[in-house]
Amino acid sequence: MKNLKLLLAGTVAAIAFTGSVAHADRATDGDLKILFWQAVSTMNPYLSGGTKEVYASSMVIEPLARYDEKANLVPMLVTEIPTLENGGVAKDMLSITWKLKADVKWSDGTPFTADDVIFTWKYCTAPDGGCAQKAQYQGIKSVEAVDKNTVKVSFEEPKYYPYSAFVGAQSPVIQRKQFENCVGAKAPGCTAANFGPVGTGPFVVKEFKPNDVITLTANTNYRDPKKPAFASVTLKGGGDAASAARAVLETGEFDYGWNMQVEPEVLAKMVAAGKGKLETAFGTQVERIVLNRYNADPSLGAKRSTKEAGPHPSLADPAVRRALSLAIDRTTIVEAGYGAAGKETCNIVPAPAAVASTKNDSWCLKQDVAGANKLLDDAGWKKGSDGIRAKNGVKLNFLYSTSTNSVRQATQELVKAWWAEIGVGAELRNASASVFFGGDPASPDTFQKFYADVEMYTNNFDGTDPEKYLAEWLCDKAPSPSNGWQGQNIPRYCNADYDKGVAELSKTGDPAKRAELAKKLNDMLTEEGAHIPLVHRGQVSSHSLKLAGVRMNGWDSELWNVADWSRAK
Amino acid sequence: MTDATITSAPPAKAATPTRSALADMWKQFRAHKGGVAGLIIFTFIVLAVFVGPYIHTVAPNAINIRDKNQWPSLAHPFGTDNLGKDMLAQVLAGGRISLAVGITAMLLALFLGTLVGVLSGYFRRLDNPLMRLTDLFLALPLLPLLLVILMLFRDTLRSAFGPETGIFILIVFVIGITSWMHTARIVRGDVLSVKSQEFILAAKSSGMREYRIILKHILPNVLSSIMVSATLGIAAAIITESALSFLGLGFPSDFPTWGRLLFDGANFMQLTPSRVLWPGLAISMTVLSVNYMGDAIRDALDPRALKH
Repeated sequence: MKNLKLLLAGTVAAIAFTGSVAHADRATDGDLKILFWQAVSTMNPYLSGGTKEVYASSMVIEPLARYDEKANLVPMLVTEIPTLENGGVAKDMLSITWKLKADVKWSDGTPFTADDVIFTWKYCTAPDGGCAQKAQYQGIKSVEAVDKNTVKVSFEEPKYYPYSAFVGAQSPVIQRKQFENCVGAKAPGCTAANFGPVGTGPFVVKEFKPNDVITLTANTNYRDPKKPAFASVTLKGGGDAASAARAVLETGEFDYGWNMQVEPEVLAKMVAAGKGKLETAFGTQVERIVLNRYNADPSLGAKRSTKEAGPHPSLADPAVRRALSLAIDRTTIVEAGYGAAGKETCNIVPAPAAVASTKNDSWCLKQDVAGANKLLDDAGWKKGSDGIRAKNGVKLNFLYSTSTNSVRQATQELVKAWWAEIGVGAELRNASASVFFGGDPASPDTFQKFYADVEMYTNNFDGTDPEKYLAEWLCDKAPSPSNGWQGQNIPRYCNADYDKGVAELSKTGDPAKRAELAKKLNDMLTEEGAHIPLVHRGQVSSHSLKLAGVRMNGWDSELWNVADWSRAK
Repeated sequence: MTDATITSAPPAKAATPTRSALADMWKQFRAHKGGVAGLIIFTFIVLAVFVGPYIHTVAPNAINIRDKNQWPSLAHPFGTDNLGKDMLAQVLAGGRISLAVGITAMLLALFLGTLVGVLSGYFRRLDNPLMRLTDLFLALPLLPLLLVILMLFRDTLRSAFGPETGIFILIVFVIGITSWMHTARIVRGDVLSVKSQEFILAAKSSGMREYRIILKHILPNVLSSIMVSATLGIAAAIITESALSFLGLGFPSDFPTWGRLLFDGANFMQLTPSRVLWPGLAISMTVLSVNYMGDAIRDALDPRALKH
């Protein structure tokens, strides 16, 4: 017996010394230091839709299935991905059945069962509970346990893309035992649970300081006995993008830094220090200039940018919208502000490849100042003595707003210079990101209110299916005072044909036909100038050269495979 | 012709002693080496900023993406930024705005501060309400106040005066009404001590009107502290404007001010150090020189110093 103990101790010591083999064992690689320059405020993604919270919690709680870096679904807590072929998805598209892995345990040692999955659905759809991920559970009629390890999700009507509930970092499964008394209005009050959820993931929260530091330790009950390689994780929050980049790339104080939204030449200089590298993942983010269909004249007061204000005096003209797009040199914008983290685009649905259109690339991707000038001349917009075009007393002068960010302000200046070449004036304005994206109905500076002629920002859609996203441009989704300025149809675009197309898309099951329809709808938006897509943006993060196993993911949490990360030797 | 000689004669006589007082002050000012250096530097900056653009004729907003991130050269003595805009032209253009904001806001704050200070120091009945008002303004947080004011008045001013003048008026107004309190307190204290002196009593018993006592006897005696807070006010206003621009709350982003240039250049510190060096130097030199000038002016106006 004594000998056995010695032998065991010897083995442990040997493993500790010969740690050079990647993934030798669990918790042998020390501390993993992660830096999020926007600090994490909770570990419960159902109470905060912020990317940072979703990412941080993805180390602790897991969904049934995730997207990998190539946008393929990979099973996490289930044995396989349900499909039509394996019978997991019903032929009538009214239900999907998930088979849970049998031996999964929560970090407190209790078994993970179908009950927890059902509870998660109830938790997020509870009345008067402000669940941030409600959209993931839309259209679900019921979630039932067929047996202890089988869950059946039924839909109210045929759902042609059934992978939304319990898929991806935004809808992880939470433990019933821990959250049972935190449903509905009581949810935000359960601080201990929200800050330290019991999970099935590779790490467990040890200490949580909101908006500051989170320390996590390896989950001793994690289903793979050899993972995670790191014994602990320190997730530090705060600072700004440039200093975060410096801490990872130049000084090497941190192993991983999220969201390096910094000018490419500044990053290049830091990478040259040789301590880290950048990882880019292209998801579906598109930086676009949205053109207001309604009049945004301040003299209209509260009626601005609503139907009552009437059509925009100049942007209602299709020639103006087309000319504004033609005048822009997207290549230069990418070069000046994005570098490897951006590609020129003319689509609002830029990826995945199956649904990305190329139809408008021929006229739209290349700058054509002469063509834009001709278009405006033909439409009757004549240059005045100040170089600004006008027609019937309406001048082509636009208020151009965006959020405060050096890359955006640089883009604004570039666009202003190009528009000046075609006789269009622009007044630049920027609002702090927390105000611009804050959604406060009392503030006049939010992007939803759109008290400007044109505005610029980035948006994307989750997962790989654009149906929900394309439905944002429906006539009735335009923000207005009557719906509390909610609604995602920011340009106030309205076209009966488009609405019909979206309805058709929701009733189409065949993937090839769906892709074709999605492309058609995307082209419609570009051709009619609902917006001017500029740059297909990649997510850029940085990691130390001493960190191995990072597979940068634009479709799910960037930390989706943190269990596989290890210390490079 | 005769009228003219008669009317101009008395002021000429009266001017002789004033001139000697001015000369005394100038002598006093010159004795303060820092003040002289400050005056020279400040004059140089003002001249450079207003005359410079006629010599260095590059437009501050001309984008030339091919010449981006350049180090200083003959064509671009301060280098270029990441869009290829000439930094020297931007620093000069930014200086005009920053100085204009600083001086105008200072004048506004000075006027308000002196008014409140003299009134509360001189009229006992007004003292308490005005000083509580001062406390109230001291307690106002500048940034939230600015956000509210921006939201309420931006569009009105913009349509009335255009985007740039509108925001100029707004910023000057905001800085002015949030920085008069210290002047008011200093002036009140001085007025209180001057008021109790015999010559004020003499003026009162001679039947002089209150406003004339204030203008003729009180104000000249508190002028030195007003001048000092004026110089400090310029510096504070330039720094406040820089802070506002730094936060993206000030002028439109293509409208250079020293604060905004510093803000935009911060990320490029390692790549092109001149982007932060020159605007930063301009702000600190202006503020320093103005402070030294204030110090020297206080010495020059101090009656006790004049005795030496």
